[in-house]
Amino acid sequence: MLLEIEKLSVQFKTESGNLLALRDVSFSLEAGEILGVVGESGSGKSVSNLALMGLLPDIAVINTKKVLFQNHPLDLNSQKQLSQLRGKSIAMIFQDPMTALNPSLTVGYQMLETLQTHLGLSKKAAKMKAISLLERVGILSAEQRLKVYPFELSGGMAQRVMIAMSISCNPKLLIADEPTTALDVTIQKQILDLLIDLQREKKMSMIFVSHDLALVKKYSQRIQVMYAGEIIETGPTDQVIKNPHHPYTFGLLKARPSAHAGKTKEHLYAIPGTVPSLRARPSGCQFHPRCNRSTEVCKKTNPSVSSLQPSPLQTSFSCHHPLESL
Amino acid sequence: MFLFFSKKALDMILTLVGITFVCFLMIRMVPGDPILLMIGERNIDKAAYEEAKHNLGLDKPVMLQFLDYVKKVIQGDLGTSIVSKAPVWEEFKERFPATLELSLVGLFFATFLAIPFGILAAVKKNTFFDYFLMGGSLAGYSMPIFWWGLALILIFSVHLGITPVSGRIAIEYDVPLATGLYLLDTLSKEVRAAEGFAPFWSALRHLILPSIVLGTIPLAIIARMTRSSFLEVLSEDYIRTARAKGMSESKVIFVHAFRNALIPIVTTLALCFGSIITGAILTETIFSWPGIGKWIVASLTSRDYPAIQGGILIIAFIIVVTNTLVDIIYIALNPRMKSALLT
Repeated sequence: MLLEIEKLSVQFKTESGNLLALRDVSFSLEAGEILGVVGESGSGKSVSNLALMGLLPDIAVINTKKVLFQNHPLDLNSQKQLSQLRGKSIAMIFQDPMTALNPSLTVGYQMLETLQTHLGLSKKAAKMKAISLLERVGILSAEQRLKVYPFELSGGMAQRVMIAMSISCNPKLLIADEPTTALDVTIQKQILDLLIDLQREKKMSMIFVSHDLALVKKYSQRIQVMYAGEIIETGPTDQVIKNPHHPYTFGLLKARPSAHAGKTKEHLYAIPGTVPSLRARPSGCQFHPRCNRSTEVCKKTNPSVSSLQPSPLQTSFSCHHPLESL
Repeated sequence: MFLFFSKKALDMILTLVGITFVCFLMIRMVPGDPILLMIGERNIDKAAYEEAKHNLGLDKPVMLQFLDYVKKVIQGDLGTSIVSKAPVWEEFKERFPATLELSLVGLFFATFLAIPFGILAAVKKNTFFDYFLMGGSLAGYSMPIFWWGLALILIFSVHLGITPVSGRIAIEYDVPLATGLYLLDTLSKEVRAAEGFAPFWSALRHLILPSIVLGTIPLAIIARMTRSSFLEVLSEDYIRTARAKGMSESKVIFVHAFRNALIPIVTTLALCFGSIITGAILTETIFSWPGIGKWIVASLTSRDYPAIQGGILIIAFIIVVTNTLVDIIYIALNPRMKSALLT
């Protein structure tokens, strides 16, 4: 097991009180595995990853029962511990490559500093390594590219640079937080194929965050559906997609446009309502106001999240009235 | 590139012509007359008055006077002072090093405190440090220069006796002038051979209070600017990336944030240079500092038209040139602008 997280909660301290952004999230990750994380905006996808990286703002209060990384306990509140892992054992790729690269430093500088900091390479050795990394991610005339500034790159190229930078120290875990959302659809596939190639080649584990179910289905072995700061269903990707138990997962799957879209008069299905605001959380099950299966019990008690089994082989979910297996 | 510089040059010329024109008109609109001030208002000989007026060219229509003046300025002649009969340029040249020295030391003092203060306030946002530094800078910004100068003199010169009250250097030292900047001239070989470092320390001690007074407002402005610029940059995505790459916090702040935060700070610095040169007028009056500020104030009271016009034109020229230099530094700092210019 590469990573084990038990009961991770994150609160944001604000002037108008504490906001619970993540509640008792538990999951684990095998070495070499790709975990897909899906959910709407504000469901806690990014917060859980940033908490793992120690990159949440100071107003965040992080609580955990247990976190193991490579079988060593890890304190998510200790910047000292996390800063030793960041960039070296755990790397991260962000959504918008154009804003994620520093506009006033050259590509070369930004790549070299990572290599020199973590691997202790000389400038010359780091440069050689940077060139080979850029070539690996499919950037032509890599040596010249080291001298350019990020704004001289296209979005796809910039994301390739980000990927080259993130894998430069052979991390054990790569967190890809919507790595293709800001890119053109034609570039999306190239970038994701590259990521998967590298993941296999380097035997990395990967947390792949997306709100695009089709991509998660294609690329991940296991899936985790998040809603309002909780994991509501998790299991092997095939099983969850084929046989969703939670009404929210079911709704998400139903809301995908099909290849026949446009040929029929039917409107695309949408889950009614919106994700609850952190300031006005519903009682009981977080999803009940939008759920067509909800009953009195859903309004009163939250279907215990602890019933979720972080076992990689079977599906688990938190719902009082799950959909039956087909 | 060529287009950029020719546009800048045209901007500069137009600004200077405008300033000269406004200044030319305004001093002639102020009541008072240089000739009357010189010969006195009582029992004046009409003919002598008219003759003096004619000799100074003040009997012509204002527009013609202006055109004559511009023609001469283009030829490099700023005219002669009505009071001292010396060429304006000579008068200016003699006094400018004193003002330059004071301004540079004042700006140095302001910058080297303001940038660390601003960074500290940004990094320790909403803590005691932040409130203390920003409260202090607000107080500094609102400080009336006259009161502040006198208060410092009272405390440090009168009560504590640490610093001199006025002037540039103690009276016993006679420093041969090369650059006109005492801090440099007192370090020349001859002076060191004759007197050692004593003249240098004397010049430095004379600079302490005036440069603090002159630097206080720029210090406040630059510190606040640095803070807000850093806060903005620190919330950018690329700062998160730098942290995610495992860069140390000091590297994040001094490499990744600093370069980007510097751009607005440099602009502010340049604007402050303008306000420092003008602020020197007050400061020099308080500390009897023999610079152009004092000279312009004296010229104003005696309605010495050529001296005022010349002085203001040269100051305007210096400020305009500094601003242009800043535009160039700005380009050097911002790679996006650089490539836009070169293509």
